[in-house]
Amino acid sequence: MTSIGTGYDLANSIFSPDGRNFQVEYAVKAVENGGTSIGIRAKDGVVLAVEKVITSKLLKPSANKRIATIDKHLGAVYSGMIPDGRHFVDRSRDEARSWRDTFKTPISTSDLASRMGGYLQAYTLYQSVRPFGITAIVGGFDSELEAPVDGEVGSGPSIGAGGKVEGKHGGPGLYMIEPSGMYWGYYGAATGKGRQAAKAELEKLNLAEGQLDLKQAVKEAARIIYVAQQDNKDKEFELEMTWISGANGPTKGRHEEVPKELMEEAERLAKKALEGDDEDDEKKDDDKMEL
Amino acid sequence: MDHRPQAWGRPRDDVYGAYDASYMSTNNGPTQHTQQPIVTGTSVVAIKFKDGVVIAADNLASYGSLARFTDVKRLRKFAGTSVVGFGGDVSDMQYLDRHLTELSIDEAYKSDPGHSLNARNLHKYLSKLMYHRRSKFDPLWNSLLVAGLDDEQKPFLAATDLLGTTFTSPSLATGFGSVLAQPIMRRYAPDEESAAQLTQEKAVEVIKECMKVLFYRDARSMDKYSIAVITKDGVDLKEDEKLENQSWAFADRIKGYGTQTV
Repeated sequence: MTSIGTGYDLANSIFSPDGRNFQVEYAVKAVENGGTSIGIRAKDGVVLAVEKVITSKLLKPSANKRIATIDKHLGAVYSGMIPDGRHFVDRSRDEARSWRDTFKTPISTSDLASRMGGYLQAYTLYQSVRPFGITAIVGGFDSELEAPVDGEVGSGPSIGAGGKVEGKHGGPGLYMIEPSGMYWGYYGAATGKGRQAAKAELEKLNLAEGQLDLKQAVKEAARIIYVAQQDNKDKEFELEMTWISGANGPTKGRHEEVPKELMEEAERLAKKALEGDDEDDEKKDDDKMEL
Repeated sequence: MDHRPQAWGRPRDDVYGAYDASYMSTNNGPTQHTQQPIVTGTSVVAIKFKDGVVIAADNLASYGSLARFTDVKRLRKFAGTSVVGFGGDVSDMQYLDRHLTELSIDEAYKSDPGHSLNARNLHKYLSKLMYHRRSKFDPLWNSLLVAGLDDEQKPFLAATDLLGTTFTSPSLATGFGSVLAQPIMRRYAPDEESAAQLTQEKAVEVIKECMKVLFYRDARSMDKYSIAVITKDGVDLKEDEKLENQSWAFADRIKGYGTQTV
C-alpha cells in the first residue's frame, strides 16, 4: 500500500485521495489472519464450518463454540477478531428478535444479512469507531411452509381475501458480510486464512447447478476445511460444523450442530482425502501439475 | 384533622379548593387490567401412561356462547419435547405462545443440546410467570397443562392457572373437564402406580372417551380436536382429529332444558 504514512490511514471516515478507506482495508487484514470459515448452500440446506485454531492445550476440546445460532433457523460463523464476532452475533440476535416482535414472523436470511450489512457499514463512517475486524458468513433456511406466524392460532381463510398464495416459499440462504458492510449472497463462501484454497475447492463443487445435497455438503465442508488448513500444518485445529435443513430435512428447519456420527464420518473422509492427495503428490507430481 | 383516609396526603380542600379529579387519569378513569376472559377455549385433558403422556383439547375458541373460531390449535409444542395445553383466554394464550417461542430461541443459543428445558422446568417457569402476573393484579386468564418428560425421562404432567396455583396428578383436566373427564380418567389411573401400568393405546382410548363425554355435555365444546402423545421419541401432535363413534342415545332421556314443557 503506497499511501501508508500519508495520514489517510489514521482515522475512519476519511477517504484517501484515491478513494480508499484504509481503516476498512486494515480490518480486512485482521480477517485474513483468522481461522478459515466456510459456508455451503446445498440444494436442501446450508452447512457452516470453521477451522478453530487451538491456541492453548489448556482449552477444553469442543468447548468454546465459534458458530452461533442467531434464531432457530439462522446461524453465523466469522473469521477475524473473535470479540468483534461475538458482538456481531449479539447484534444479529437483537435484530432477529426485534423483527419477530414487529412482524410476528421469523426474519429471512436475506433481511438479516441486509440489517447486519447496514450495521457494519455504519462502523466505517465515524471517527469515534473502528470497522469490524471480521467477515461473517450467515446461513439460514427460510421456512418453505406457509409463512409461519408467531402465536397464530387458526389457519385463516383457505380461499378469497386473506387466502393462501400457491407457489414456492423459502429455501436455503447464504450471505457473507465484510468489514466494509458489503454483503453478497453466495452458493459457497469462504473467509479467513485459508480462503483462497477453500474458494478453489468450493468452485469445483459446481454449487450453482443445485445437485449437491446437504449430507454431501457436510462431507465436502469438512474436507475443504482440512484442505485449507494444509498450508499451516504445524498449528493444531479443531473442526466445528453446523447445518440447517428444511422442515422435512434432518434438522427440521433448525440451525443445529452436525450430529457426532456424521461429523466423525466427515472428518474421517476428509483425512482420507488428504492422505490420498499426499500419495498422489509423491507418486505422480507431473499429473498434478496438469490438473 | 381530617379523619377520612382518602383525604390524607392530599392538598387540603379548605386551603386549595377541591381536587380536580380529571388530572388523575388521562381519559377514561383509572387503568384497568383484565376483568374477564373474552375469547375462550374450554377444557384440556391429559393422562400419564407408562412411557409418556397423552394430552388433548378441542379446536374451538368461543366468544361468550358463540362458537366463534373453529380451527384454533390449543396444544403448543415446546422445544420438541413438551406440550402445553391452554384453556381460557385465547389472546393470553397467544401472548404466552410468543413468550415461549422467545424462550425456546434463547435455549437454542446455547450450543450444548443436552441441557434444554424439560417439561418440569417449563411448568415451574410458567407457574412463576402466572403467579407474578396475578400479583400485579393483571393475570393471564388461562389454565394450563404442561405435559412431557422430567429430568429422569419419566412422564411429567402438571397444571397451573391464572392464580399461579400448581398441581400435579397422574391425570389432569382443566375447565369443565375437571368435573366431567377427571372421574373417567381416575378410573384408569387413580394413582402413579396404575398410570405406570397403562399402555399408550389404552391412554389414547381413555382420552378420546373423555373428549367424547366433554362434547356430549359441555356446550362450549366441539367435535374437532387436537391430541398429542409425548414419549422419549418426541412429540406426536395431530391437530385435525374428529370425534368418532358418537352415540346420542342418552339425549332423549334428558329432561328439563330449553323449550321442553314436560
